[in-house]
Amino acid sequence: MILDSKAPAGPLAEKWTKHKFTSKLVNPANKRKYTVIVVGTGLAGASAAASLAELGYNVKAFCFQDSPRRAHSIAAQGGINAAKNYQNDGDSVFRLFYDTVKGGDYRAREANVYRLAEVSVNIIDQCVAQGVPFAREYGGLLANRSFGGAQVSRTFYARGQTGQQLLLGAYSALSRQVATGKVKLYPRTEMMDVVMIDGHARGIVTRNLITGAVETHAGHAVLLCTGGYGNVFFLSTNAMGSNVTAAWRAHKRGAYFANPCFTQIHPTCIPVSGDHQSKLTLMSESLRNDGRVWVPKTVEIAEKLRKGQIKANDIKEEDRDYYLERRYPSFGNLVPRDVASRNAKYVCDEGRGVNETGEAVFLDFRDAIKRDSRNVIEQKYGNLFDMYQQITGENPYEVPMMIYPAVHYTMGGLWVDYNLMTTVPGLYALGEANFSDHGANRLGASALMQGLADGYFVIPYTVGDYLATIGPAPVDANHPEFAKVKGEVQDRIKKLLSINGSKTVDYFHKKLGKIMWDECGMARTAEGLTKAKAQIQALKKEFWSDVKVLGFNEELNQSLEKAHRVADFLELGELMVDDALNRNESCGGHFREEYQTPEGEALRDDENYAYAAAWKYMGEGIQEELHQEALVFENVKLTQRSYK
Amino acid sequence: MKLTLKIWRQKNASDKGGFATYPVDHVSKDMSFLEMLDVLNEELTEKGEDPVHFDHDCREGICGMCSLYINGKPHGPQQTTTCQLHMRSFNDGDTVVIEPWRAKAFPVVKDLVVDRAAFDRIIQAGGYVNVNTGGVPDANEIPIPKTIADLAMDAAQCIGCGACVAACKNASAMLFTSAKVSQLALLPQGQVERKTRAEKMVAQMDAEGFGACTNTGACEAECPKGISITNIARMNREYFSAVVSSENV
Repeated sequence: MILDSKAPAGPLAEKWTKHKFTSKLVNPANKRKYTVIVVGTGLAGASAAASLAELGYNVKAFCFQDSPRRAHSIAAQGGINAAKNYQNDGDSVFRLFYDTVKGGDYRAREANVYRLAEVSVNIIDQCVAQGVPFAREYGGLLANRSFGGAQVSRTFYARGQTGQQLLLGAYSALSRQVATGKVKLYPRTEMMDVVMIDGHARGIVTRNLITGAVETHAGHAVLLCTGGYGNVFFLSTNAMGSNVTAAWRAHKRGAYFANPCFTQIHPTCIPVSGDHQSKLTLMSESLRNDGRVWVPKTVEIAEKLRKGQIKANDIKEEDRDYYLERRYPSFGNLVPRDVASRNAKYVCDEGRGVNETGEAVFLDFRDAIKRDSRNVIEQKYGNLFDMYQQITGENPYEVPMMIYPAVHYTMGGLWVDYNLMTTVPGLYALGEANFSDHGANRLGASALMQGLADGYFVIPYTVGDYLATIGPAPVDANHPEFAKVKGEVQDRIKKLLSINGSKTVDYFHKKLGKIMWDECGMARTAEGLTKAKAQIQALKKEFWSDVKVLGFNEELNQSLEKAHRVADFLELGELMVDDALNRNESCGGHFREEYQTPEGEALRDDENYAYAAAWKYMGEGIQEELHQEALVFENVKLTQRSYK
Repeated sequence: MKLTLKIWRQKNASDKGGFATYPVDHVSKDMSFLEMLDVLNEELTEKGEDPVHFDHDCREGICGMCSLYINGKPHGPQQTTTCQLHMRSFNDGDTVVIEPWRAKAFPVVKDLVVDRAAFDRIIQAGGYVNVNTGGVPDANEIPIPKTIADLAMDAAQCIGCGACVAACKNASAMLFTSAKVSQLALLPQGQVERKTRAEKMVAQMDAEGFGACTNTGACEAECPKGISITNIARMNREYFSAVVSSENV
């Protein structure tokens, strides 16, 4: 298949306006004849479900949590970007576009990114109108901060809980539509598969997590807003329930999966404390605005520190290596996430890590507190400092924080065209579930922007074009495909429950996570990836013959839920490794040790790899087929990223 | 350290349920409370016993999914969510009693899992500003004094976990409901529907079977996000001024 991005021709700034005009419209009286299925109720899902219901479509919204308000968008701390230029510091739609393409190391589609920057301004207006309590200046206008490597202050925030406030805004809009009856909500319901009729997505099969009932739902279009797959690493900043199952099921039904190896390792997380660790906690990147990252200059001092013979505050100024400020004088502690993460790994690999495990660096607020007072720092980061103290038992106002990189976000996802449609007609992917806007690395405060852009301002136009084309005739819920897929889902459940092996689901998940972190994490090599592929295949075989899932289907069964998800992670893990092996270059979050500059920076190969790698599922145990979408850059010049 | 856990086990909504005792060894002080339960569940599964079901998701103290009534307190001894509670808050040899939220409006689903859909229905009754996507004014056309924005944010921080209900002897949902009523009553965006919102949300809260508020302040004391009961006072003012000049027709 030739991957047609369907990005409109013409000047960049006019593409979206033109596309909106040429997209077909659904007659207002006909909208009520359509049903749209929305899976996931995070920023993308809740905003899409609410906006489509407002237009008059019937929406069925699904989430596995007990309430749509729990979706993991809620945990985003730092902020949301928008090209408002309220600060008069030189921001513009084009600059946000340019920064995003550059930050993504030139592996994103120009037209999508420009549209994202363009609608970013509408998002802020929308959220304020909903009553989202963004931070404000004393004059009553909105406050901004600079965030994650941006040279302008374009990030809007609500203390350290921006994701929460934006999600609650979208949730309130969704709740309003539930009250009108236009949205039917299905909480504690997990999507298990997509139903295809004549090559189009026409519904889904779900499992009610309380009763175990396997049910079918018919609709004219299916929107997957199911987030990222960072939990393939077992330890990540994702919520425990975050999973790839919906996207992976869609992939196996024909939706190509793009750039699966593009994962973002976030530099500022609380380090691992032991084998019991179930997840990692992110400390907002905004902390790098005031905190200084350092390790001791020498291995000897670091060793004393690790043995508890000295404390961080005992180390003299001249014995500290503020390595980001040293290596990147112009960006300092605000270098992009991938650069900050990799450098933390390097100094720890050198033996200069600062905690017991040797895998931590300091993030120090001593100088900021001296400069601005403790009160000012508390105003900015109070809740983050409290959270850190809660988890570690240490007071970051007095001793430096310890941080280490952790898996945070996945730029890869289902391949979508400019309309956010996957390679399966009628099947869309929004937010983190798609691959579209962040290239090989996402900038801070851009995930919230993308989720809401897709849901509030893109899908209402693009899904209409498709719905108008197919017409409002009802989808036959009795079509034999529904019963067939339902049967397949039931068979899989039976199989998982019948293996009755000797090892728990978590055993497999942890093993997979370790393979992925060691070989497909911050730094990758062809040798390591090849080894990982064989290990994952063996682990998958072991899973299907020796996993132990207790209980029945007809009850709340959390082991069974996890088993489904881990089974899919095992397949995804192998594809990530394939993708990382295929991409013989380093770009953004994908760092292949074989491809680096003499200074140790990522070395892209634009001649051979300026494409999105979209993988087609070919069947059980068969190597997936690679399709390429060439990325054409008409408006930015490809340069080596430099933050020196 | 070693602990004795007394955990409420209940197969489903119609089961009577009861306590079961589990000794746990090798508990590290750095574990979170839920990680301690993870370890127990791994052991139970290996032995072929049904693991203890509990709600949890983000494990960062923000999604509001985790619950647990620990030693007679919602979310346990610290003023935090259960997922942020760490075992350093307990001592070697302690007996820890773990129950689900107890409230008529939160029926038990299984073990420690309860159904909190009543909260969603309270929000659906009016916890929003009636604006459609698009067609809204520029964000800076609605100036809001910083002090007001901060107060609104204080209220908006509610995570909807239900600890306030669990802490209350009357299982009242006043703190939860008042947090949303306050947020929107404080902000200019919420003024148009201010009266009807207070009336509708309070009516839904009552219809769900939550109890009355007697101002004991237990909710505020246990709220992991420090939501203040001044919000309840504000909601009472909102509600009374709404009913005397009701616009609900």
